[in-house]
Amino acid sequence: MFPLIVAHIFVLIVIASVAFHFWSPWWWTPVASNWGGMDDTILLTFWVTGVVFIAVCLFMAYCIWRYRYQKDRKAEYKPEDKKLEFHLTWLTTLGVIVMLAPGLVVWHKYVTVPEDALNVEVVAYQWGWKYRLPGEDDILGKTEIKFINDENPFGLNLKDPNGKDDILVDSGDLHLQIDKPVKLLLRSLDVLHNFYVPQFRGKMDMVPGHVTYYWLTPIRTGDFEVLCAEFCGVGHYAMRGRVFVDEEKNYNQWLAQQITFEKMLAQNKIDNKSLKLVKNIE
Amino acid sequence: MSDEFDKKIEAKADTIVDAGSVPSGSAPGIDYVPAHEKPDQELYHSHSWWTTYVFSQDAKYIGIQYAITAIGTGLIGLVLSWMMRLQLAFPGLGILEPSAYYQFITMHGMIMVIYLLTALFLGGFGNLLIPLMCGARDMAFPYLNMVSYWAFLLAVLILLSSFFVPGGPTGAGWTLYPPQAITSGTPGSSAGIVLMLISLCVFVAGFTMGGLNYIITMLQSRARGMTLMRLPLTCWGIFTATVLALLAFPALLVGCIMMTLDNLLGTSFFMPAMISMGEKLSYDGGSPLLFQHLFWFFGHPEVYIIALPAFGIISDLISVHARKNIFGYRMMVWAIVGIGALSFFVWAHHMYVSGMTPWFGYFFATTTLIIAVPTAIKVYNWVLTLWRGNIHLTLPMLFALAFIVTFVNGGLTGIFLGNVTVDVPLSDTYFVVAHFHMVMGIAPILVVFGAIYHWFPLITGRMLHEGIGRIHFWVTFLGSYAIYFPMHYQGFVGVPRRYFEIYDSPYITTSTLHLNVFITIAALIVGAAQLLFLFNLIYSARAGEKAEKNPWKANSLEWLTPEMPPGHGNFGKELPVVYRWAYDFNVPGADKDYIPQTVPPSEVRYAKVEKT
Ligand code: HEM
Ligand SMILES: [Cu+2]
Ligand SMILES: [Cu+2]
Repeated sequence: MFPLIVAHIFVLIVIASVAFHFWSPWWWTPVASNWGGMDDTILLTFWVTGVVFIAVCLFMAYCIWRYRYQKDRKAEYKPEDKKLEFHLTWLTTLGVIVMLAPGLVVWHKYVTVPEDALNVEVVAYQWGWKYRLPGEDDILGKTEIKFINDENPFGLNLKDPNGKDDILVDSGDLHLQIDKPVKLLLRSLDVLHNFYVPQFRGKMDMVPGHVTYYWLTPIRTGDFEVLCAEFCGVGHYAMRGRVFVDEEKNYNQWLAQQITFEKMLAQNKIDNKSLKLVKNIE
Repeated sequence: MSDEFDKKIEAKADTIVDAGSVPSGSAPGIDYVPAHEKPDQELYHSHSWWTTYVFSQDAKYIGIQYAITAIGTGLIGLVLSWMMRLQLAFPGLGILEPSAYYQFITMHGMIMVIYLLTALFLGGFGNLLIPLMCGARDMAFPYLNMVSYWAFLLAVLILLSSFFVPGGPTGAGWTLYPPQAITSGTPGSSAGIVLMLISLCVFVAGFTMGGLNYIITMLQSRARGMTLMRLPLTCWGIFTATVLALLAFPALLVGCIMMTLDNLLGTSFFMPAMISMGEKLSYDGGSPLLFQHLFWFFGHPEVYIIALPAFGIISDLISVHARKNIFGYRMMVWAIVGIGALSFFVWAHHMYVSGMTPWFGYFFATTTLIIAVPTAIKVYNWVLTLWRGNIHLTLPMLFALAFIVTFVNGGLTGIFLGNVTVDVPLSDTYFVVAHFHMVMGIAPILVVFGAIYHWFPLITGRMLHEGIGRIHFWVTFLGSYAIYFPMHYQGFVGVPRRYFEIYDSPYITTSTLHLNVFITIAALIVGAAQLLFLFNLIYSARAGEKAEKNPWKANSLEWLTPEMPPGHGNFGKELPVVYRWAYDFNVPGADKDYIPQTVPPSEVRYAKVEKT
């Protein structure tokens, strides 16, 4: 009796898991970038691994019941079965290749940034976000931590002429234009952070001392939350920002309202110290 | 000097050959076993209570000391997890401050991985089982072995003392990533982190003493006839894990030392120019990624340092309780060794989105998925051992079955994370938390329980209570599956890990928060069941049913000692002689359903055993 119950419980675990997978309300948010390929790889992995999980568990449940202890049963004595082991090995290898190969193709796309992508710098600090876009010259000016001060919160190199027309967005909100690829250049002023928008799928740590990157093309308009996905101290969970994906017209409107580095410098000279160097969330 | 030693060996060997290989006048030919290569070990004999029970040099006692200390520390880790879960489910109650939450995840993670599981599998089960299973009187270096335990205890005390220093313990996450670990935005960034780093260094030093012992004992002190390919898989698992640990821990050690220097002396190994709390710090030019490479060069093998002993133990439990030889023993050994070797080439799969050059992704995704093959083979061989067995659903067997379910589940989600593209959306979300808890939290813990139910009679001479054990089993297994299976889906939604509070954000539905309540309730129930287990341990050790000798009818040497529990020196006057592997169950032609390793072929002439 007990083996029968145990076998049934194992079968139930499988059924419950599969049912949960298909009918629970928790699933990913609809994708808002070109990285739907990641979702597809997940689905493919789900199918392959799901079959393995179900097969192993059901086989086990069957054995529990079928080969339950009986006084006069003799277990089989068979130390090895070369043929079976060989077949299982290549079958597994095949399964692995089926999952890995498409994965690597998507990864290749992820790390190959299209030529025409717009460079957008995301600056992370404890605990907030700000952004910098290139001006008309399409080039972002050089920066360094040591240049950061009240008048120059982004730490741009004053000697680099390319920086003068850079557009500085000193608030947590970023706007992107729909269907235009962007390369996010990720920079941190202090510790590790990670610029993560669940609907975009992409992720990459920001590492002080390096500029890291990833790219994406927004495919639907909307208002999305930015989350920090790399632990960065006590304010980590509250380090949020927003990204708005706009149609071209709205995007340009927003862009026109932002100020350039040159203008900011001039303004800061006038009412000095109106900007705080690093904002702390209270 | 050496001449004298050689003579001693010869003299010894002669006597042993005479006494051992011709039992009761039967055929010397088929029972031939090569002589011992070294003289019997001279044991340290304790004379006082202190040297017997406290400063013990007997591996069995040291194993138990390790186990009790590790489990005691693990209970603190468990209590911390309740607090964290309560905070996540009921943020409105204000149970924790954010800084306390981060300190608790850090201490919880580090305690569970290092001070509970590593110490328990290697220090606890390693000490208890290696000499007994190999047929040795004790570890090769008993004194060093004792020091190893005291170093471990010291490491634990240093770690726990950080709860009482100004600023409290470190809240850097168990990965201790700089620059955050040693800058002021993180709790415990002054005294707490230093104590953590020192504690880890002491742990590594203590572990090295123990680790050398396990390896040398297994290589040098095996009984006559105990070839490597006759060792129970438990020994193979612990052996390989120890080799991994000896190669991996140095990376952690140097990482800890370098970070301590960065913190105390202002060097810049890991520290680039940066701003903290509005101040420019004096660091410049260091690389945070260097630490991550060092950490994961240790950290990934660490996963297998926990998993391999669990693999070994579970193989033995399944075989004994299904009364069938482990299927594909040689393949199992090679899989353990292969997984161990490969585990040094996959570390950067923890760093796909760390900002290292993305080109590494191809290499590490490939190596990672290659490991899946030997791992899958192990799983097949476990379930194929059940096939056509004669399965006793004892408590150790139940835990073994539960291990397979959770391990397969956690192993398969590992394929998600190892496949670099899939890792991008899932890394640093609750999918990761669910994955690693399933595969290196729950699965190994289930093995620990199975092993305790299995070897408890060996330690105490009494059986654990079956009824309490069954309640403990079902609550623990089903409860922890209920905690972690749904948690993967929070990860799909996108909930990041290490979040003190999730908030009701546009990207999640409110029901994701309700799921947290469910998970927390399950966690509390599972936690409560562990109290039942502790009760069972204490109650059964005193008043449990007396165990007969070799209660599970196993073949391996630990059950074949003259007394149970085994006495000092383990095997009485004569060391055992081994004629076969540990898995001769239900051999055709044999009259009993098991043939212990010490039974010579001449006593089971009609059994059709395969030569091992
Ligand atoms: C049922 C028992 C357990 C519960 C309820 C539990 C719960 C938790 C929770 C709530 C977190 C924090 C998640 C976050 O905010 O990111 C966590 C983290 C962690 N747990 Fe557990 N845990 C349990 C057992 C274990 C075990 C047995 C291990 C052993 C491997 C373990 C290892 C870890 C690690 C390594 C972390 C990561 C810490 C970090 O992010 O730095 N846990 N656990
Ligand atoms: Cu963060
Ligand atoms: Cu790993």
